[in-house]
Amino acid sequence: QVWQIRVDLHLLNHDGNIVDAASIAGIVALCHFRRPDVSVQGEEVTVYSPEERDPVPLSIHHMPICVSFAFFQQGTYLLVDPSEREERVMDGLLVIAMNKHREICTIQSSGGIMLLKDQVLRCSKITAVKVAEITELIQKALENDQKVRKEGGKFGFAESIPNQKITAFKMESAAVDTNSVEEQAEEIISKADPPSEVFAKPILHTPGTAQIGEGIENSWGDLEESEREEAAEEEGESDATAFECQRMETEDTSMMSKAKDEPIVLSDSEEEEVVILEPQEVPKKTR
Amino acid sequence: PPQMRGPRSKALPDRALVNCQYSMATFSTGERKRRPHGDRKSSEMTLHLKQTFEAAILTELYPRSQIDIYVQILQADGGNYCACVNAATLAVIDAGIPMRDYVCASSAGFVEDTALADLSYVEEASGGPQAALALLPTSGQIALLQMDSRLHEDHLEAIIEAASGACRAVHAVLDRVVRDHVQEVTALLGD
Repeated sequence: QVWQIRVDLHLLNHDGNIVDAASIAGIVALCHFRRPDVSVQGEEVTVYSPEERDPVPLSIHHMPICVSFAFFQQGTYLLVDPSEREERVMDGLLVIAMNKHREICTIQSSGGIMLLKDQVLRCSKITAVKVAEITELIQKALENDQKVRKEGGKFGFAESIPNQKITAFKMESAAVDTNSVEEQAEEIISKADPPSEVFAKPILHTPGTAQIGEGIENSWGDLEESEREEAAEEEGESDATAFECQRMETEDTSMMSKAKDEPIVLSDSEEEEVVILEPQEVPKKTR
Repeated sequence: PPQMRGPRSKALPDRALVNCQYSMATFSTGERKRRPHGDRKSSEMTLHLKQTFEAAILTELYPRSQIDIYVQILQADGGNYCACVNAATLAVIDAGIPMRDYVCASSAGFVEDTALADLSYVEEASGGPQAALALLPTSGQIALLQMDSRLHEDHLEAIIEAASGACRAVHAVLDRVVRDHVQEVTALLGD
């Protein structure tokens, strides 16, 4: 006869990276748990209730903690412990579980991301640092709890709720910082006067969506307002010669003064009419 | 074998959907396996396969269509997932679907300070740490890395190295097989 231990994890607040939180919660729960004491005499097994004998803790060999890494832009950017927003836009995820003796318990790379070997090794080093910190925190919390119990103070789940330690009813949403992006775009646009064999690449954005990464220059000739509006907003498949049209509130005058023979913005929208003023390049997809 | 189908309700507008299914024949393991599909392990493997191939196949070339990859294990003698990946790579190449590179996979393990590559069932069952690695050989990019059981951090590099070496060897073999096959086929067609 053996004991069967079951760990139920309930997710209260999903703000990204549930794997890490779940692993910490699970292992701490197991550390904290006390099981009834048992004594075996020959064939007889007596299970003592908590009143008769103090429950004993489980024997935990080591505490594996998961750390997650989110990758962006094909591995150029790496984020530890992604929040929910970051998780939604990430390319791929790497989870490493390690214990404080620097033994790797699990590695799993998921998502369509391609990694390089040294990236993985670097991540494992970061994990070692993080796990050491977290293990210390856990130890301290467990000791605290034990102390409080001995002294007879209040403890446990019910106590943590009003302190908002576990549940957070309100959280300020971290605004995605698009202000600097806009300024940068304006800067680049105003500098991009000379004829563009070199296509400048501002980071444009329509209201409500920030576009991070490479945008492609809108080299406007004299397009009037109406035609600009006709052009689609979605991204199409762009090669070097097809450009995205996007509505920009800010640009106007600096663009208008360009030479006429610059290539005109085209779009791969299937639905709206695209007006080609100067058919130098024919768009690849002309549906 | 992978096949392409018309648009479906969950078609992605700009790229192809890769659908994988991993199943084990009932006679593949030591004891007769009762449920070939729907197993938790199967669905996990399926998901991994799907992610690996979504990253490797150039899905942008086939919008609004679906590529199905069905793999069935005939004999589970260690390195199941890796064999699946290699077989699926060959199938995709045979079907003429463009991929970024061959996806080669190999498992690796660690026994008494030596890294082993391509573990067999006995070695896997011995309980040491083991990892599965799927690699794109020319660029050296790792498409999938998965490891269970404890392994010291310093050994991680050794194990990845061993697995990469094995993947490259597999790549050489796959490449040669593909080229021979294409030669044969073209010779036959030419006549």
